[in-house]
Amino acid sequence: MKYSYYPGCTLRTKAKDLDDYARASAKALGFELEEIEDWQCCGGVYPLGTDEIATKLSCVRALNAAKEKEQELVTVCSACHHVMKRVNDDMKNVEDICTRANNYMELDEPYKGETNVLHFLEVLRDKVGFDELKKKVVNPLTGKKIGAYYGCLLLRPGKVLNFDNPENPKIMEDFIRAIGAEPVIYPYRNECCGGYISLKEKEMAENMCDKITESAEGFGADMLITACPLCMYNLNKSSRREIPVVYFTEILAEALGVKEVQA
Amino acid sequence: MQRIGVFVCHCGSNIAATVDVAKVAEMALMEPGVVHAEDYQYMCSEAGQAKIADAIHEKKLSGIVVCSCSPRMHEATFRKAAERAGLNPYMVEIANIREHCSWIHKDMEEATKKAVILMRAAVAKVNLNTPLQPGESRVTKRALIIGGGIAGIQTALDIADAGYEVDIVEKTPSIGGRMSQLDKTFPTLDCSACILTPKMVEASAHEKINIYTYSEVENVSGFVGDFTVDIRKKARSVDMDKCTGCGVCQEKCPSKKAPSEFNRGLNNRSAIYTPFAQAIPNVPVIDREACIKFKTGKCGICSKVCQAGAIDYEQKDEIITEKYGAIVVATGFDTINLEKYDEYAYSQSKDVITSLELERVMNAAGPTHGHLERLSDGKAPKEMVFIQCVGSRCADDRGKPYCSKICCMYTAKHAMLIRDKYPDVNVTVFYIDVRTPGKNFDEFYRRAVEQYGVNYIKGQVGKVIPQPNGKLLVQGSDLLDNRQILKEADMVVLATAIEPNPDVRKIATMLTASIDTNNFLTEAHAKLRPVESPTAGIFLSGVCQGPKDIPETVAQAGAAAVKAIGLLAKDKLLTNPCTAHSDELLCNGCSTCENVCPYGAITYEDKEVNDHGIREVRRLAVVNSALCQGCGACTVACPSGAMDLQGFSNRQIIAEVDAICR
Amino acid sequence: MSAKKKQAELIEEISGVNPLKCMKCGKCSASCPSYNEMDIKPHQFVSYVINEDVESLVNSASLWKCLSCFACVERCPRDVKPGKLIDAARQMVVRQKEQTYLSPDEIPELLDPELPQQLLVSAFRRYRR
Repeated sequence: MKYSYYPGCTLRTKAKDLDDYARASAKALGFELEEIEDWQCCGGVYPLGTDEIATKLSCVRALNAAKEKEQELVTVCSACHHVMKRVNDDMKNVEDICTRANNYMELDEPYKGETNVLHFLEVLRDKVGFDELKKKVVNPLTGKKIGAYYGCLLLRPGKVLNFDNPENPKIMEDFIRAIGAEPVIYPYRNECCGGYISLKEKEMAENMCDKITESAEGFGADMLITACPLCMYNLNKSSRREIPVVYFTEILAEALGVKEVQA
Repeated sequence: MQRIGVFVCHCGSNIAATVDVAKVAEMALMEPGVVHAEDYQYMCSEAGQAKIADAIHEKKLSGIVVCSCSPRMHEATFRKAAERAGLNPYMVEIANIREHCSWIHKDMEEATKKAVILMRAAVAKVNLNTPLQPGESRVTKRALIIGGGIAGIQTALDIADAGYEVDIVEKTPSIGGRMSQLDKTFPTLDCSACILTPKMVEASAHEKINIYTYSEVENVSGFVGDFTVDIRKKARSVDMDKCTGCGVCQEKCPSKKAPSEFNRGLNNRSAIYTPFAQAIPNVPVIDREACIKFKTGKCGICSKVCQAGAIDYEQKDEIITEKYGAIVVATGFDTINLEKYDEYAYSQSKDVITSLELERVMNAAGPTHGHLERLSDGKAPKEMVFIQCVGSRCADDRGKPYCSKICCMYTAKHAMLIRDKYPDVNVTVFYIDVRTPGKNFDEFYRRAVEQYGVNYIKGQVGKVIPQPNGKLLVQGSDLLDNRQILKEADMVVLATAIEPNPDVRKIATMLTASIDTNNFLTEAHAKLRPVESPTAGIFLSGVCQGPKDIPETVAQAGAAAVKAIGLLAKDKLLTNPCTAHSDELLCNGCSTCENVCPYGAITYEDKEVNDHGIREVRRLAVVNSALCQGCGACTVACPSGAMDLQGFSNRQIIAEVDAICR
Repeated sequence: MSAKKKQAELIEEISGVNPLKCMKCGKCSASCPSYNEMDIKPHQFVSYVINEDVESLVNSASLWKCLSCFACVERCPRDVKPGKLIDAARQMVVRQKEQTYLSPDEIPELLDPELPQQLLVSAFRRYRR
């Protein structure tokens, strides 16, 4: 199986691990991530002004590139996933945005939201299947108590992203079980880490990250996993606690026995 | 040629402010057949009706058109007036120039133009009207009540007391409904069972009332006064005649892992069970899904211990077919599923419960024997938080758009009872509005605040956060103090929205009773006929029609009974003469009409016909005019144009269309 | 039309929000992780728009404290979604010349070696045109 792949800007640089382990794991699981040519940054933030068009075009380009190849589009970064799905939803359901974006793009055939966008975790759940994944695990992470940190961008708004129950998600917990570890469910797993606020309001981000790590530790987590480079940065940088935070793709690669090969 | 009179109503300013009524009357005189036209302030008034009668006599009218409000409002009024003046009532037509015209338009010139067109269409129709005679149908003097809660019980008692036979069909093993699950009732705080049980006993002992529990309505046919209903009596696996209700079977049953429906799944029951101690009938049922005997073939303990020999593993579902003159729907409600409100941690914590679950916790026969305790660890709570409007007043598809109406009062009740019995427990209520219209209701709520010290905070809760130490952190708004509150609680109670029993959709379809987008049954008129369905012979009792508390339910149940009695008291009903009939010479026997008829009124017969001298036997559609409701589906579907509807013939409808297009 | 009314209508247009749907339940403010940092609280944004006092909104510190975490958007029972109003107010500020909350000159000082691009990109989207 071949998917179009949109890595996003941070996975090229600071979050190289997130990217490398995703590719290695995909290979081990028997699917291919074909990087879109000349992709541009999604902007990291979905433009909330309903009247904005230009800021949505980089996503439309990527979505259309996948459509032309007749492939589904996979992202690993939470933010790219969020922006890509929301822009795609606009293209599918908001006539005005669709028309204006297509006027800019001047494509041979207008893009109307045909591409299916998947987060890497959704590929694991819906395409590979967690039972199938379990069978391919060679180094089960037995005994590890792992807290899934979802943050906001994977889940909300629930109706558009259609990823999981935004108030009580389970996809990452099922993933943790599939690789042989024990999921730790804690109530702050879908609360915000502070996001971009940590650039100028460090203390706000610290307070938020502390609540998250304190809650996770309180319920017995040894480590946290995330799909978002910004969450990773904030949880490491802003929390006063020491709980380790890793990308979900890293423990996936470890469980599949392809971590060392990669590193 | 007809002699037609046209009467244009002002309806005060309702019509006259937007439609030039004099102009409509003037234009009417130019229509074919019209010999009289006038306008008047209130055509439906006695004086207005007298004008119609006078004109019928003086001008020897053969048909009339009244340009007024919707025929749903006053068609019957004007038909009766015409009949009194010696005219066949089916020679009256209504042109609806209020709902269809004056109320929805602003421009007088445009509205007048439209009113004239509507008048013309009606005149064109009356020109082709023929006098019709209604037939008669008999009334079966027996009522069916669907649902055995307080609404159904009260309706049944009232109808039975008037001397008519009543059958109650209840889906669960006992009558009693939601009210039997409640601990205390507002605003007087009397024990729910204490006031309900006597009514249950009275219903079961009443010589005119017959109760089918563990039974469901399977099929309904017929029409007002003459319904035929199939009732499925599910296999109880216990012989009702032999069982003495001793309860030994339940004690000895080794399978005790089935969640108790009566206790909202908070504890378990045996596979053979009566839902609660005061159940009526006091005869258990075997839950075949949970029973070891039914699952593995081994066990049979209940049969061995039953002294009366009442256990019958071979029992089968039974279908009973019965005739009824009236049917009352009393299917009640349930609380909504909270899966879309996970921010309140209902599925994550055992100590977050619904208000109905709290009723069971507070009840002596409940899972905690009436002790207020946390369901996670059995500890006594010190801080209780109540959250109002969970799923009510919600604009998206997570919840319900309506106010559930009963929550403000039962929450005040819960808060008060807890403060009274456990004075060291603090109670906080997060509310959006406190809605307490009703006799002694606001006083009741104020007592909770002033006398019992319940802490009411105006603002909704955003999230309930379970803590590692087992407590619940409630993050909410205090809008009056303009602050965000973090409150640690031991238990959280959710005032969960109520919704009509999900089975009601199926039942409404069987009854062809209309239902709204929230699955509440629709009334015939929101204000003037609140306990009747628009489908004749179907009546509404209790929450199936809209959220209401016990006193309101009982009042409505009585009202529904009176309406049903009014019907049962008649020996015969006049039938609507506007029924379909088939032209034998045109019918080709294709069965299309039979397939579209929702009332099963069309059958086929082999009949000899004389088609212009050729005698032959043909397969022809025959309409049972007692069953036909005049919906017209067959006339549209018939490919050969053989089907026609009296009073709404194809010719009449084409004439109306022609008049509009003229 | 008064300038004030125009501003309120502009904010409704950019956000796609109908503030009249609000029933003032306060679930937004109850959900907001930045609540204590805000001068105008999430639920108040709605009444400010209804009262056509957009000026106070655009001068509010809350604009720069909202995380766009969508907790209020997800939980709003009335489909009002105050987060969108806050975002729209912020758009009204940053779309004007010179009106930004972040200048490129500040950046070097805020950087650290681990800081991901995503953070800078999102901050720029949030804080300036």
